[in-house]
Amino acid sequence: MKTLPSTDVLIIGGGWTGLLMAKELGSRTPHSIVILERGGMRNPADYVLGMDELDYFIRLHMMQDPSRETVTVRHDANERSLPIRQFANFLPGSGVGGTGEHWGAQVPRFQPDCFQLYSRTVARYGEKRLPEDHSFQDFGVTYDEMEPYYAREERTLGVSGKAGNLRGKKIEGGNVHEGWRSEEYPNPPLKLPYFGSLMETTAKSLGYHPYPNPTAVNSQAYTNPDGVTRAACAYCGFCERLPCMIAAKAQPTNIFLPLVQKLKTVSLRTGTTVRRIVHDTAQGAGKARGVTYIDAAGEEVFQPADLVILASYTLSNNRLLMLSKAGEPYDPAAGKGTLGKNLTHQISFGTAQAFFEKPLNRFMGAGGAGMRFADLDGDVFDHSNLPFLRGGMFGAIMTGQAPIATFGALPRSIKARWGSAWKKAAMEYYDHVGVVAYSGEHVPYKSNYFDLDPIYKDSAGDPLLRMTINWRDNERKMVEFMTAKGVEVARAMGAKEINPFPGYQDYDVTRYQSTHIQGGTMMAPSPDRGVVNNYQQHWQIPNLFVLGASTFPNSASANPTPTILAFAYRTADAIVEKYLKKPGALA
Amino acid sequence: MRRRQFLVLSAASVGGVLVYSLDRRASRLFAQDKATQPLKIPLRFFTEDEALIVAAATSRIFPSDESGPGAREAGVVIYIDRQLAGPYGRDRYRYTHGPFDENAPRDFGYQGKATPSETYREGLQGLQGFDQLSPEEQDNRLRQIEDTHFFAVLRQNTIEGMFCDPAHGGNVDMIGWQLVGFPGPHMSNYNDVDKHYGEAYRPKLVSLEQVLGRKIPVSEDEDRT
Repeated sequence: MKTLPSTDVLIIGGGWTGLLMAKELGSRTPHSIVILERGGMRNPADYVLGMDELDYFIRLHMMQDPSRETVTVRHDANERSLPIRQFANFLPGSGVGGTGEHWGAQVPRFQPDCFQLYSRTVARYGEKRLPEDHSFQDFGVTYDEMEPYYAREERTLGVSGKAGNLRGKKIEGGNVHEGWRSEEYPNPPLKLPYFGSLMETTAKSLGYHPYPNPTAVNSQAYTNPDGVTRAACAYCGFCERLPCMIAAKAQPTNIFLPLVQKLKTVSLRTGTTVRRIVHDTAQGAGKARGVTYIDAAGEEVFQPADLVILASYTLSNNRLLMLSKAGEPYDPAAGKGTLGKNLTHQISFGTAQAFFEKPLNRFMGAGGAGMRFADLDGDVFDHSNLPFLRGGMFGAIMTGQAPIATFGALPRSIKARWGSAWKKAAMEYYDHVGVVAYSGEHVPYKSNYFDLDPIYKDSAGDPLLRMTINWRDNERKMVEFMTAKGVEVARAMGAKEINPFPGYQDYDVTRYQSTHIQGGTMMAPSPDRGVVNNYQQHWQIPNLFVLGASTFPNSASANPTPTILAFAYRTADAIVEKYLKKPGALA
Repeated sequence: MRRRQFLVLSAASVGGVLVYSLDRRASRLFAQDKATQPLKIPLRFFTEDEALIVAAATSRIFPSDESGPGAREAGVVIYIDRQLAGPYGRDRYRYTHGPFDENAPRDFGYQGKATPSETYREGLQGLQGFDQLSPEEQDNRLRQIEDTHFFAVLRQNTIEGMFCDPAHGGNVDMIGWQLVGFPGPHMSNYNDVDKHYGEAYRPKLVSLEQVLGRKIPVSEDEDRT
């Protein structure tokens, strides 16, 4: 195997966190940096083609190619696993920018107590209320420590929204249940589509506190602190699952890539598939030596590096560490090991599919454009007499709707699925369907985890990652409770007919849920409790850092990207200010 | 190389207005000119017999009726023919390593081995003579297979062919979009997104090629030049 000239820093993954780290280290230090990205370079001039619903929204041209690598799923350790043959319930990206190119750009912060799930739950309700089989664990970092990093990522992305809690002062019209903010959002809220306006009026009349959904889509032209200028959103309605053609939606290729490309110390190599992180772990003093990867020409090479930063999506973060034997694999039966533990998948579903008399003009919209309310979020409300812990946010959001994906939504009273009766009803209801959406927390359990699949392999012959995951009483009862609340909201909004969400049975890989798979390489205060410390530094291999939601011990109701970016900034600061001056363990 | 196959239709059978020229671009044929001539549509995947069955079946799934045109006018059979001849037909977008399991629980998605093109070849074997049946007989026949994987794929592909960008060969003249009031790719709704509350706003329909003023690359042509 050919050995390439050594680099100071090697970054695996050219998405949100990989490019953020390249930009921070490349502009603040003289070190040489190599970024390895599995997919190809993206050309934003081609992004207008995302308006072709068939190839992009349906055939998923922005997504990871499952024919080369996917994951397997089983509901419990006694079941055989089956591969996800076509991505559907979550949609990992590929290519420079990664999942950040096609994301929905909804950017709420985590509720403060999400960082202390174990201690705050026990303090309020006692140990006895923790669910059976739970693996609750605090992050070891508090919201107060993270707040400046949240403010930084919001300024960088140019988030549009309205504050509801400025340094403890509650502000009507913003989210009064959010954690304190040091400053207002950098941009005012997006324009409000009709469906969101229905939610705003209705939620208020029901005593809730609706607020404009914070989104990383520009409500006006905006120049961020790095000097990157981006246009205002045009509400074309081709947003989620697609890249923005005018860069109004913040994406790694318009936020960080232009800055990274100007840095002479950074080299970005696309079409490169990392196979192993090469490391010595003898005598407990681990050291990463570099990585082996298959280059764009198909040749496997060794790239030595002094510092390795693993910055891919949750799935690849877990899989690469497992394939590289970097960390002790989690064994739920023995209760040993941590690598793969605390797999969570943010809950997200439509509580009520609501059919309205009036048309909604659903083709107009933008990522996150609409209203939310958080009165039933986290631990905002008392759970003493409820059969579940935690909660989530309701929303009425119009991202734009195209007809292949949405034709055929009908009230359950209509049974036909083809033929004249079906066609006529589906045409009539087409622009009259709105969804009262809900995003909720998925708490961690000992028996929801990742490991390597014993049977299914990728195109290079390496084992696929396996997810062992299923819903428990806490999720099923939360979903039931929130569905009833959502149906009340839909009825008050004036829906003629409503399809309530049928509820959670077994984990379902065919229904889109959210692309927010988290955990497996979680941060912890000590090596026996997690894979990385709270600087996202590997406990056994101090010159290896792991970025992304794989380091989160639990999901929040909030979408994870802002928190991922906030932790990446915190880690970047720690590497520049501490680690590079004196390489070694930061905690 | 198989013998070149054409779908031969009387102009009347496609409403007298639709024809596919040899460069595979759908275009309008004015009835008074050539309505009596048969139309020869070049096929990429189907045999002519298969194409006639698919045209008949998709037009029972999405019929032409008093509520408006359907799969026949939208050219759904041509859309499906191109898809099956391209990467989709070969399962380019799916993980295709075994073991497979035709009987896996539905919440794991389709776990069988067949590619979409194989699914059609086999499914159409069971529908021989379908295009010769009366509409009622056709509906009865479809009801017998409506729980099969083949029917699920056929139904999904019919919806795709009704509403895809016309560059893919279906949704001819944006007929599907007209049915539901979808205006196609509009670059900006900036001045309208927060207006028209409760009223239908229906801007003029445009296709992506009309917006861009050039042909767009489509996946079914990926391996063609």
